Amino acid sequence: MAQSPTKSAPGPLEYLRRWPLRLWLTAVLVYLYAPLISLMVFSFNKSRATIVWRGFTLDWYGKAFTDSDLVIAFANSLTIAAVSTIVSTVLGALTALLLWRFRFPLKTIFEGALGLPIVVPEICMGVAMLVFFTQVMPWPTNLAWPLNLGAIIISHISFSFSFVAIVVRGRLASFNRELEEAAKDLGAGEWRVFWDVLVPHMAPGLLAGALLAFTLSLDDFVITFFTSGPDTTTFPILVYSMVRFSPTPEVNAASTILIVLTVGLTAFALWISGGDVVRAEAGD
Amino acid sequence: MTAKTIIRFENITKRFGKVIAVDDVSLSINEGEFFALLGPSGCGKTTLLRMLAGFETPTEGRILIDGQDISRIPPNKRPVNMVFQSYAVFPHMSVADNVGYGLLVDGVARPERDRRVEEALALVKLDGYGARKPDQLSGGQRQRVALARALVKRPRVLLLDEPLSALDAKLREAMRSELAQLQDKVGITFIIVTHDQDEALAMASRCAVMNRGLLQQVATPSDLYEFPNSRFVADFIGQVNMFEGRLAVDEPDRAVVQTTELPAPVYLDHGVSGARDATVWVALRPEKIELHKRGEGRAPPTMDDAPADHNVVPGMIKHLTYLGSESVYDVEIAGGRMVRALRTNLTRWDQEDFTWDEPVWLSWHACSPAVLLS
Repeated sequence: MAQSPTKSAPGPLEYLRRWPLRLWLTAVLVYLYAPLISLMVFSFNKSRATIVWRGFTLDWYGKAFTDSDLVIAFANSLTIAAVSTIVSTVLGALTALLLWRFRFPLKTIFEGALGLPIVVPEICMGVAMLVFFTQVMPWPTNLAWPLNLGAIIISHISFSFSFVAIVVRGRLASFNRELEEAAKDLGAGEWRVFWDVLVPHMAPGLLAGALLAFTLSLDDFVITFFTSGPDTTTFPILVYSMVRFSPTPEVNAASTILIVLTVGLTAFALWISGGDVVRAEAGD
Repeated sequence: MTAKTIIRFENITKRFGKVIAVDDVSLSINEGEFFALLGPSGCGKTTLLRMLAGFETPTEGRILIDGQDISRIPPNKRPVNMVFQSYAVFPHMSVADNVGYGLLVDGVARPERDRRVEEALALVKLDGYGARKPDQLSGGQRQRVALARALVKRPRVLLLDEPLSALDAKLREAMRSELAQLQDKVGITFIIVTHDQDEALAMASRCAVMNRGLLQQVATPSDLYEFPNSRFVADFIGQVNMFEGRLAVDEPDRAVVQTTELPAPVYLDHGVSGARDATVWVALRPEKIELHKRGEGRAPPTMDDAPADHNVVPGMIKHLTYLGSESVYDVEIAGGRMVRALRTNLTRWDQEDFTWDEPVWLSWHACSPAVLLS
């Protein structure tokens, strides 16, 4: 009689069925998620203090939704994230195409410079943006919403488009040029080849890049801090000032909403791409 | 039936920088032919095909299809379609969408498109696979999709770039005859690029052998094999024993080549029409050499007893390879030169007839060797 698989001894490579690796995995999961979970749990705390559990309530959510500062900051953040995601995805994709498709003088320098926004410390980028928007191209302060967010949006695009470009560039490396030739051979012109063959191949990279750009923009603090004014507070900046003056579970509630939103968005992107996003981010 | 020329390459040269990929090639291909471009990798055969498809532009010369110069016409406007080496099936489209893509681009209306896609899939025996995605197909099936996709546009010429190289041995053999049958059925001119001589000989009605950008010989498969025009072709197509020698006698019905590589001259029952005393090469296929035991039957016991003017050479079997249907014998002859002979195993005990280190006679008919001048 064959033993049932659940009772058999672990095979030589089945490390996951031995206790050391299981212990390690548990430790990693706790380390990663315990802070997030405690943040969410305390958003339902009845107490004003954020550290002692006094019972369950949804009051803080109600409060968060009626706090006009918080709602405005949230709307600002989402608007900035949406616009900068769209622009940086298009810009990043075009940059990736340029680098993949063409040879031109100083290409290696250009390619290296593309990584600069990723490696330059954010604080330097922030100061640079501040100097740029005060000395070189002052952004008018009295514009109507959402135009007053322009400076922040531009600075977000400037660092997130290189993430998109690098992800899409990685995706393009696996493109089989014969697909392009096949489409041409079957009668398609350049434009059709681009939309019918190249864009579908780039799609997982575009989606992964867009997700990256969106989350980068949504939670950016440092660069935004230097480019925002009194009328253009974003969610992270407001949370920072709230925590400094009076930390209440309201902040937890607002953060929980943001977490649920981004996780949901990521799950949705994964679902419509059938897992290609993960592969694209891994540079496959 | 007089063959009508469908494609003409006129003095085509293609340079990539300093490298000459195709060197002054002129070639005509007839309507309805199954034509093979054959050669080792880097010989320019693929470049020639890509110029025909429009992915490369000739540096010099003209390419005509039906008498019209197409050298400057972009690939999407040429009446040719191609089956790519990687098949290049669009991974994000279903099989039916792949096959119908060319028609969609051409603006063929939905009902007709569906009908023709159906037809094309039936032609390559993929009926009922239309809704599948390419990643649900095997390599052989993907190739059929690529074939259907190219054929559905009813091209004047179908180009196939190393179509069988990615298939396993059994499937490759099956596809050979299937491609030949398919070509017979649709009547479209097929041009196939391959480095595999068996493939070319098995399928093509005519082959062009290329080497280093130069066209070496254009002939039917049997002419290529039996009447090669150069050492390169003789060596590239099949196996060959090559002896360098001097043309000693050259008469209309008789010729003799003196060679130091064999203990006796090579006698031929036909003229060579080469200059007397010129250096020539005698190419002899292994299966055209007969093996005899010494002193048995017609075989003479010693060299001196051999009848004059006959190709008989003594040797010693140094190595033999049993291949089931046949056996390959490597025979050492006087002077240390190895000669390869092939023998079909006619009965089940044949392979036991000859063994290692056995002294034998080699003989061949006076019409068997090909005499090459270059």
